[in-house]
Amino acid sequence: MEANKSILVIGGGIAGIQASLDLASRGMKVYLVEKTPSIGGRMSQLDKTFPTMDCSMCILAPKMIECFRHPNITLLTYSEVKEVKGSAGNFRVKILKKPRFVDLEKCTGCGECAQHCPVEVPNEFDMGLGVRKAIYVPFPQAVPLKYTIDDENCIKCRLCQRMCKAGSIDYDQQPETIDLNVGAIVVATGFELFDARTRSEYGYGKYQNVLTSLEFERLLSASGPTGGHLLRLSDGRIPRRIAFIQCVGSRSLKGGVSYCSSACCVYATKEGILIREHNPECEVYVFYNDLKVFGKGFQEFVNRAKDEWGVKYVRALPGEVVEDPKTGDLTIWYEDTTENVTKNMKADIVVLCPALVPRVASKELAGILGLELDEFGFMKSKDPLFAPVDTNRPGIYICGYCQGPKDIPESVAQASGSAARAAEVIIVATGKEAH
Amino acid sequence: MEQSQKETSRIGVFICHCGINIGGVVNVPEVVEYAKTLPDVVYAEDNLYTCSSDGLNKIKESIAKYNLNRVIVASCTPRTHEPLFRATCEEAGVNKYLFEMANIREHCSWAHMHEHERATEKAKDIVRMAVAKARLLQPQTEPEIDVTPSALVIGGGISGIIAALCLADQRFKVSLVEKEPELGGMLRNLHKLYPTMQDASEGLEHFIQAVKSNKSIDVFTSTVVKEVKGFIGNFKVTLQKGNSETANLDIGTIVVATGATIFEPVGMYGYGEHENVITQLQLERLLKEGQLKKPEKVVMIQCVGSREEKGRTYCSRVCCMTALKNAMFIRELYPETDVYLLYRDLQTYGQHYEHHHREAQEKGIRFIKYAQEKPPEVVAGKNGKLEVNVYHALLGEQIKIESDLVVLSTPLIQHKDAKELSKMLKVPLGSDGFFFEAHVKLRPIEFATDGIYVCGTAHSPKDTAESVSQAFGVASRAAIPMALKRLRTEAITALVDEDLCSGCRICEAVCEYSAIEMQEKEGKQTSKVLEALCKGCGTCGASCPTGAITMRHFTDNQLVAQVRAAPQVAKEVTKHD
Repeated sequence: MEANKSILVIGGGIAGIQASLDLASRGMKVYLVEKTPSIGGRMSQLDKTFPTMDCSMCILAPKMIECFRHPNITLLTYSEVKEVKGSAGNFRVKILKKPRFVDLEKCTGCGECAQHCPVEVPNEFDMGLGVRKAIYVPFPQAVPLKYTIDDENCIKCRLCQRMCKAGSIDYDQQPETIDLNVGAIVVATGFELFDARTRSEYGYGKYQNVLTSLEFERLLSASGPTGGHLLRLSDGRIPRRIAFIQCVGSRSLKGGVSYCSSACCVYATKEGILIREHNPECEVYVFYNDLKVFGKGFQEFVNRAKDEWGVKYVRALPGEVVEDPKTGDLTIWYEDTTENVTKNMKADIVVLCPALVPRVASKELAGILGLELDEFGFMKSKDPLFAPVDTNRPGIYICGYCQGPKDIPESVAQASGSAARAAEVIIVATGKEAH
Repeated sequence: MEQSQKETSRIGVFICHCGINIGGVVNVPEVVEYAKTLPDVVYAEDNLYTCSSDGLNKIKESIAKYNLNRVIVASCTPRTHEPLFRATCEEAGVNKYLFEMANIREHCSWAHMHEHERATEKAKDIVRMAVAKARLLQPQTEPEIDVTPSALVIGGGISGIIAALCLADQRFKVSLVEKEPELGGMLRNLHKLYPTMQDASEGLEHFIQAVKSNKSIDVFTSTVVKEVKGFIGNFKVTLQKGNSETANLDIGTIVVATGATIFEPVGMYGYGEHENVITQLQLERLLKEGQLKKPEKVVMIQCVGSREEKGRTYCSRVCCMTALKNAMFIRELYPETDVYLLYRDLQTYGQHYEHHHREAQEKGIRFIKYAQEKPPEVVAGKNGKLEVNVYHALLGEQIKIESDLVVLSTPLIQHKDAKELSKMLKVPLGSDGFFFEAHVKLRPIEFATDGIYVCGTAHSPKDTAESVSQAFGVASRAAIPMALKRLRTEAITALVDEDLCSGCRICEAVCEYSAIEMQEKEGKQTSKVLEALCKGCGTCGASCPTGAITMRHFTDNQLVAQVRAAPQVAKEVTKHD
């Protein structure tokens, strides 16, 4: 296959996965670069997805495996793009493949190494709520299902090497630079959470029972730190009331970002339903500003949460969360905007829905790619109306949350859109697929 | 019948330790010895990892050495590993449908971690059942179909136009069908487009010209789709222009981009009664044509006929931003005019729209939040004016506004003729009336029926930017089969025994993929499976009252043999035999 018939996809979340599959399934060669040890992205961390309540991993895993197995897709996990030169139809790319200290060819993913590894560190996949070993797979359904030694925390005891029957541990592995020649590039680097610590009035980072929504998602998940049991982390008690606070750092002019993250109202609703599913005795309150129900089926989903599941919505922006240091119980102080009085409510857990922001590292990547960012750091569309997936550089396309707030189906549809545009470049460059 | 065709089965069984995952619980060597005693098993071995390149080579070598014609791997889940083992069999000359997988990890060792002996017995049971089925497996072939490299795009609004252009740029032929005399759809009515606030007509004109001058795109205006037959790659489409003229097209894939229309709020808030109560779309036209006379006070009411408790429960997504945009434009045009925006929840999502919300506040638009339970009232006031009474939910007081123009934001709704198209294409509409996609999360712009896709407001309310984004997406999905030129279709399909078929049409009704059609043969109605569309889900087979439908690779014989080999059943059978 000619080099310029191939496409580089950056980011192995659902958007990058969909773009890769679209291109590969039409016969184009794809290099899918992911900086963590596994593809899957944010969607793999979710318990269920709104409004269908599909198990997130159950619908995502087949697509991850298809990427792994597809003869036209080369997965470059634990790798980063370091340099991009050239232009549409002929980009020259340097990729840094970080050492895993595990031979990918030999590792069978059996997990014996991790069983014996004595080092425990916070698990990033569980947002630090659980632990993993220094040799690890991020999650059981990881693709590729291959172990990685986290060099920073490894104590070089060599137990894993002794236990590995496949002989896959290789402490001498070096960083590797891979040179690629590609015709087009698709960027799908996703989002991260606004640092809720900067909103000190809510006590995140200070109070153990104040969680971010993504931490809470892991707490709900059967593959999470409590095995799917909804417990308070401070004392293992079963919570009787959980409150969500919307717009933490979003739609805000004092600190945080001024835009709306688009997904929070509905995912909080989903998490609210999940709580009631786990434990019908546990009350759920959602403190919101404007309920964003604009997507297909969203309003009906919120109605179901209210009418069938008893999730309660309060239009108020809480001013402060205070912890009782003896019990770990929390009090939320808020102004009820429908009655204009200050009220308070006790809760066992407070879940903050922080602004979703572009990844910090995407700024550096934009520099490497020569892409313009908007005022918030999102990758900038050439024209937000008529060329949403195009950028200031021909041959480089964007999709998913890195282009702007959106939910999973919007990311998937846009990923296909970026694939179509990338395919056009390849068709022009190679003169193939002509009819 | 199957029995007589059957060659002698020579089965090889490969049992995986999966490191310690299986081997740490199940006594694998014991299962190997047991497997060797089962009928038609001529070879069995254990592997540390059957999926390693070592393990796969062992399978290939054994196929040659022992002349195996059936292969069983007892290991983990087929979801991840079956394709790998199937490919290995094919490399060694064994049809991939002669491979059977037995899951002794998820179904056994992981579930019974602390019961080593009983887990070993269960692993034997699972292997015995797999052998019982494997003895009866038949080779299958995956039929291939050709794909006509030509797309049909139904609907000439911005979604259809963008999809058509992007497909044409991928060098496919496109037929773009529009029922109106002109291309452009909803955008023809609009004044400015948010968030860039460029003229709608300016943007639209550029793309209409691009479509018209594109040699790969045939534009059919004043034309409707009359009939669609066939299946992916091979659709036969009849178009009708006016009352008589028809055209027949061979089509590979179909894009539904039929858009939406606007709800007419007759009888609501005095609409149809007072002439100065208009819809947001009517205001848009007045602004576009420069015909809006200076009003003193304008009241815009959101969620008119949308987000209802019953009926149109959905949020129409575009109305808040449209109202904001028009409110700001009125203030620009007539700075002395007061504009009130009566809303429930402001849908200013994403990175661009909240900014317009603030801008509108700065420009003096007055926002009043009302509650669903206490909607505003519009009554005739003095001097031909209108009186709008609203309970301000945030101030907690009743407010009266003397207004000379009331603008109602009504939702996008599905076209009346969508039902007909939905029947013709055999694709569903949702309870909200919009076209219903294959999967809300991961297949948002295609139907369950192969080769048919959807984008824009035909799918749900959305604005121009969002419609365009989906249109590009559809241009990828619809291109894939055409780029491949030939498609391999499912081997595991349904098979109808015409002698047994009573023509009851139950199978046709239950098939999600429109893969069954009725045919007349020797004066009798029988059902026929369109193999290119069949996914082998088995719904038809399960619902056939006469047992006329068999699923390839999951025949009654095979499944019964497997069930009879199950431990409880095996005991019962021995007891009664």
